[in-house]
Amino acid sequence: MLDTNAKITWCPGCGNFGIMNAVKQAITEMDKEGIKKENFVLAAGIGCHAKIIDYINVNSYYSLHGRVPPPLTGMKLANPDLKVIGFSGDGDSYAEGIAHLIHSAKRNTDITMIIHDNEVFALTTGQFTPTSEKGFKGKSSPRGSVEEPINPLKIMLASGASFVARGYSGKANHLKELIKRAVKHKGFSLVEVMQPCVTFHNTYQELNKKVSEMKEKDLDNLEKAMEKVNGFNGKIPIGVFYQVQKQVFEDHF
Amino acid sequence: MASIHTITLGGKAGQGVKASGKVVGELLNELGYNVVILDDYPSLISGGHNFNRVTFSEEKVYAAYKETDILIALDKNTVEKHKKDLKKEHYIIFDSSVFQIEDKNSIGIPAEEFMKKADVPKRMRNSSFAGALCYLLGLDFDKLSHVFKLIFKNKAEPNVKIAKLAYNYTKENYKPLLKLKKKGKAKKLTTGNEEIAEGAVKVGMEVYIAYPMTPSSSILHYLAKKAPDYGLKVVQPENEISVINMGLGSAYAGKRTMVGTSGGGFALMQEGFSLAGMSENPIVVVESQRAGPSSGVPTYTCQADMNFLLNAGHGEFPRIVVAPGTPDQAFYKSGELLNLVWKYQVPAILMADKNLSENWMNVVVDYKKVKKGKEKMFKGKDYKRYKISKDGISPLAFPGTKNVVVKSISYEHDEFGIAIEDAENIKKMQDKRFSKVKHIEKEVDGLETIKVYGKGENVIVTWGSSIGSVLEAVKGLNNVKVVQIIYLEPFPKKKVMAQLKKAKKIIGVEGNVTGQLCELIAGKTGIKVDKKILRYDGREFEPSELNSQLKKEVK
Repeated sequence: MLDTNAKITWCPGCGNFGIMNAVKQAITEMDKEGIKKENFVLAAGIGCHAKIIDYINVNSYYSLHGRVPPPLTGMKLANPDLKVIGFSGDGDSYAEGIAHLIHSAKRNTDITMIIHDNEVFALTTGQFTPTSEKGFKGKSSPRGSVEEPINPLKIMLASGASFVARGYSGKANHLKELIKRAVKHKGFSLVEVMQPCVTFHNTYQELNKKVSEMKEKDLDNLEKAMEKVNGFNGKIPIGVFYQVQKQVFEDHF
Repeated sequence: MASIHTITLGGKAGQGVKASGKVVGELLNELGYNVVILDDYPSLISGGHNFNRVTFSEEKVYAAYKETDILIALDKNTVEKHKKDLKKEHYIIFDSSVFQIEDKNSIGIPAEEFMKKADVPKRMRNSSFAGALCYLLGLDFDKLSHVFKLIFKNKAEPNVKIAKLAYNYTKENYKPLLKLKKKGKAKKLTTGNEEIAEGAVKVGMEVYIAYPMTPSSSILHYLAKKAPDYGLKVVQPENEISVINMGLGSAYAGKRTMVGTSGGGFALMQEGFSLAGMSENPIVVVESQRAGPSSGVPTYTCQADMNFLLNAGHGEFPRIVVAPGTPDQAFYKSGELLNLVWKYQVPAILMADKNLSENWMNVVVDYKKVKKGKEKMFKGKDYKRYKISKDGISPLAFPGTKNVVVKSISYEHDEFGIAIEDAENIKKMQDKRFSKVKHIEKEVDGLETIKVYGKGENVIVTWGSSIGSVLEAVKGLNNVKVVQIIYLEPFPKKKVMAQLKKAKKIIGVEGNVTGQLCELIAGKTGIKVDKKILRYDGREFEPSELNSQLKKEVK
């Protein structure tokens, strides 16, 4: 129902398939629940992640590298009834467009950002990104990246994001629920999705071992959220870390 | 020729030079005189030297002159800086409670004494100088108190009180320099930036987005203030990259949107400007030039961004670039341009410069002349955002429409809006976008793309706010025609050629180092400009100085 004629060009086994299935399922369910399909707009930056909007037959806005939150904010200004979901990658949002991400969280614009975090620039054939581990060997860092990675969820919490979550492309059903909760949250929501890149950074085995669904509690406690996003005992927790209600940017007009 | 007078006001930043200049300008405007106010200030918050030149005449005046009849000096430095510009018959009004000067035509106003006597707050100090001025212009005091009421509304009374003391003091001790009389109806004393804003609002602008940058910021300030009355959304995002991308998102969702900046900010917007070209998303960018390159001289004027704007953005796509020269033109062209971009779904730039943006001029604006135009909206079934059509324009639809999927895209795409890479479709879409050009050219040809003033074999070509100085400078010159080029893209080739081909001599006047308009004319028409008169020191052409330069060329 939500397919387009576009030929899917992701590598077989790409984590993006899991994300796309979760998104399609989420939109289909929300359409039935009353958020009409025509009121969704999907936007994307540039990268492997971005192809997702060519493959889903819903209003879309194929933006520029790193520039996903600004057009989504513009859409909400123009028509607050729209439900806008931005797709972005770790290179797209945490490198090129980090300022937009921070300021959208600060404004608490009612937009949802889904970050496909595969810890590598894939479409440009394998360079390190802000979330690549130190020592990452890629085409631009043949002797290993010398930079420490950032924890983007901490940045989001510190910037005023009112909904912060992490999902895993290998757990599509769990991810679908996270996306629905993020979209239904009134305010800035961000779902970071851990995603293997089968060609340049294949983390399937590692993620399958480390990812664990957490028991969500104290969602309005910022200090605890700051700790939880670090993970513990080598585990990568998935689920919602933080959610509070604040006035949204568009409602000030 | 009616005589032209100038009142120059000067002082440190923070002393209220600009506000006082506005009071003087309104006083003359209310009397029915034609008024121009040049606002000259450096990029600092307190100290330095700010000055306003308020030039007025019974005839239309387009630019401020430096030769001064009355100098109002809020500090001693002002006298030092401007005494060389004083006419033989002159007065200097100065604050004698702070400093003394030696000039037999000087009038010391003991402002502090009057402030105590009238028991008014410090910030109303300058109203005492306005009181003295009012008398020296040969006016009854009620003319000034009327203006205070217009500007300060219910806060006018203390200003009136202190001004009256100074008026009476001057009357007791001095004779008027001029004898001004009520000449007619007041016009609208306004700036280019205010009229750019008003023009866009008139044709349905609902969203304005900008990051502060002189000299475009006063559009942001003006619209932010007016937003509740006008039903506008005015936003200041994190940077100019966000500005244009947010603007494009707003346009995609169906709202007429404008963004504003200066050269450096537009340099950051180019990526988004190119996106607008590819995605055929309508947007108007206001670019008000200041002296560059780089950070340049923020509060001073320049006309050096023409080549940049005509070529800005990677790749090739149709655009419209328009450069009004006066506040009334700014109103008409701003409205016209926003209508055009929605009709043709192309990005456009409205060029201004510091002088147009921030100088005041009283003008008559025919607000009914500009009306909201219509865009081509989608009706029917099977929507395709980039449907190939005869005129290249694909009907618009906005997200939120049942059974319609609107796909906007930065990559080359098919009619539906899905990324493609095949040769046939790439060419088809490039041709589609450019097929709009001939339709834009045809419509624009019917608009005021150039403006011709006077008749003569010597032709002066100019653009932007330089038109003001040129129109003043040619007063008294014979056999001179002035051609102002307003549309830079599409370039009005036929009209320009018709004006230039029989010229005895063509003189280009513009505010840059290389003569960008002159080169554009040569490139588009093959006609060479014989003489370039260029100014690039951050200042506008002073009419008398420009007159002397032109005299040598057209004798």
